[in-house]
Amino acid sequence: MYFFKLIVRNALRHRLRTGLTALGIVVAILAFGVLRTVVDAWYAGAAAASATRLVTRNAISLVFPLPLTYMGRIRQIDGVKSVSHANWFGGVYITEKNFFPQFAVQAQSYFALYPEFAVDPGQMREFLRDRKGAIVGRKLATTYGFKPGDQVSLRGTIFPGNWEFVVRGIYDGAEARTDTSQFFFHWDYLNETMIKLAPRRANTVGVYVVGLTSADRAAAVTAAIDATFRNSLAETLTETEQAFQLGFVSMTEAIVVAIKIVSFLVIFIIMAVMANTMAMTARERTAEYATLKALGFGPLPLAAMILGESLAIAGAGGLIGIVLTFPVAERFGAEMGSLFPVFNVGRETVAMQVAAALLVGAVAACLPALRAARIRIVDGLRHVG
Amino acid sequence: MKIPFSYTFRNLWTRKLTTALTAGGMALVVFVFATVLMLEEGLRKTLVETGSHDNVVVIRRSSQTEVQSVIDRVQAAIIESQPQVAFGAAGERLVSKETVVLVNLIKRDTDRPTNVLIRGVAPQGLTLRPQVRITAGRAFRPGTSEIVAGRSAAERFKGAGIGETLWFGLREWTVVGTFDAGASGFDSEIWGDAVQLMQAFRRPVYSSLLFRLNDPASFEEVRTQLERDQRLTVEAKRENVYYLEQSELLAKFIRYLGLTLSVIFSVGAVIGAMITMYASVANRIGEIGTLRALGFRKRSILAAFLTEAVLLALVGGCVGLALASFMQMFTISTMNWQSFSELAFSFTLTPDIAAKTLLFSLVMGVVGGFLPAIRAARLKIVDALRAI
Repeated sequence: MYFFKLIVRNALRHRLRTGLTALGIVVAILAFGVLRTVVDAWYAGAAAASATRLVTRNAISLVFPLPLTYMGRIRQIDGVKSVSHANWFGGVYITEKNFFPQFAVQAQSYFALYPEFAVDPGQMREFLRDRKGAIVGRKLATTYGFKPGDQVSLRGTIFPGNWEFVVRGIYDGAEARTDTSQFFFHWDYLNETMIKLAPRRANTVGVYVVGLTSADRAAAVTAAIDATFRNSLAETLTETEQAFQLGFVSMTEAIVVAIKIVSFLVIFIIMAVMANTMAMTARERTAEYATLKALGFGPLPLAAMILGESLAIAGAGGLIGIVLTFPVAERFGAEMGSLFPVFNVGRETVAMQVAAALLVGAVAACLPALRAARIRIVDGLRHVG
Repeated sequence: MKIPFSYTFRNLWTRKLTTALTAGGMALVVFVFATVLMLEEGLRKTLVETGSHDNVVVIRRSSQTEVQSVIDRVQAAIIESQPQVAFGAAGERLVSKETVVLVNLIKRDTDRPTNVLIRGVAPQGLTLRPQVRITAGRAFRPGTSEIVAGRSAAERFKGAGIGETLWFGLREWTVVGTFDAGASGFDSEIWGDAVQLMQAFRRPVYSSLLFRLNDPASFEEVRTQLERDQRLTVEAKRENVYYLEQSELLAKFIRYLGLTLSVIFSVGAVIGAMITMYASVANRIGEIGTLRALGFRKRSILAAFLTEAVLLALVGGCVGLALASFMQMFTISTMNWQSFSELAFSFTLTPDIAAKTLLFSLVMGVVGGFLPAIRAARLKIVDALRAI
């Protein structure tokens, strides 16, 4: 017991220094946690993807559409349970800054394929009845104050013109990782306008979403769909929903890698600061360590004492840092708005924060502990700070 | 009277471990700070040099990017016949009617598909962009399935190297040359004959028009003319402005992320410096007392300790900057969210960035060393001499 008391007393000897070091660790662990959460948010789309859904798109790239007639042919393929389709709309709400994803979907089949978008049945009926209707996510609704019955006007970038919508329902995410910042409306509305304005672009869809009878048939169905349309004017490329989402992540991988590197760099920096604190502390106490040795303490208890002090400071700082991560991440996610639709601190992040704090404490104590353990009593007693 | 500089220097030299750790921490912070500035500069340079002030890009109104834009042949003919369009040496109009599409190509190093911009250009397309030079092989012949790849596109994508072939739009395309566009955004593109690409992708329309102004000052005039024309729904931008706007989001993201990180990191580094300097003061109370008793003023003590902190920071700053300068060897490639295509750019170190970085490290040193230096200066001679 006296041992722990000694550690605490030692740690509190230089209050200012201990306080500053702990503060540094709070900042570092907090920054580490938020950065890891940003990385997680990057992968959120892929993490929320279902194993029983495939996405079929034009093999050239997403810019090219697929003909509507493919729908029936995909449905015939063995292992396919249901098919729906979606078009990326890319409209601008008032100004370019208000970015959120908008999709023109085949409403009934799309929401059947995505059970994680939970819509009130009454609102769903309203939506299906209104060709100009739209269903918006909870997060989006809170950000812009959309309520059922509201008129929303979007300026088309891919599909020219001003498009009027009426919000008919709001969907909630069935899980925390569900993206609730999207805007869905009827593909029919889009198509009918295109028939009038640009008939050449009518009756086309952006991607097909394919529901599987079971997840283990994914590979076979993928191959079968692509084989059906090989050598046609619009060849297809089918992937699991997860691979499709990861495709987007990999295009911006350089940024993710940079954030990851930086998140470890911050731990390194604080390691240097902490190691410095412990080195100074140990140097000042050289004479004390020699005294303790003269009293009969072995090198191990001395090393343990330094390690304990280092771990105590790092642990305290780390704990405060972890506790602060949650409100800060929440605030940060709210500020970022629709850029990161899902922004939650993961359990893994917290585990890594704990590990990082303990690692910093342990590494910082290494060199001073070794020195203290090795010091010769005579030299130590002669030492002047 | 001033305390000699060697006193300050020797103080740092005696405690090598502490000095190294503190300076090391600062070096890392400076490294991050400099890297972010270099990245932003690299991106800016890449996109500014992509466009020319004398050229005008015409795209469909509110389509934001060339990829989303559509201009049909009738509209193109109207735009082409504007009086402000310059003529070339052979009397041809300096207009390039272009078609721009994205194609998925596989990266050589990761085997992952990425969006690559394929640009179909008219023969004048090369004349209009004098920074584009064919460095290997030759230019594509109009009317054939030949393409040329930008320097970084050729390096990074499977099948885009000279002599290799790419398959898209139900055709095989032979890469007959690579071009260097002077580290501009075109380096990440692949070019071919506009007519052939339109055929292959079955798009009877152009994406954008690029023309040279016969008088650079006549831009406003031609812009109002085009935007007021009832037959057109287009917007015109100077080429350099167009490319600058394309990277706004990415540049902003890099800047904000970098600034946030620098602020957080510098808090850590300043704390490190403060701890070191406080300890340095605490260890030398007797010494400070002696100096004061010898007749050195409070001011000199303050200056000596501040110098020590600044010296420490400067060492860190120089090491960090040296490390960051090595980053110039790397190229970053990422998707530009606005144009949705892959863009490669490198870290660029300018004298301005070097100065900013060193200034940043000095500020860290002053902030970290100020409070401890004040404490040192305020010590009473009698108390200080009694300290040991």
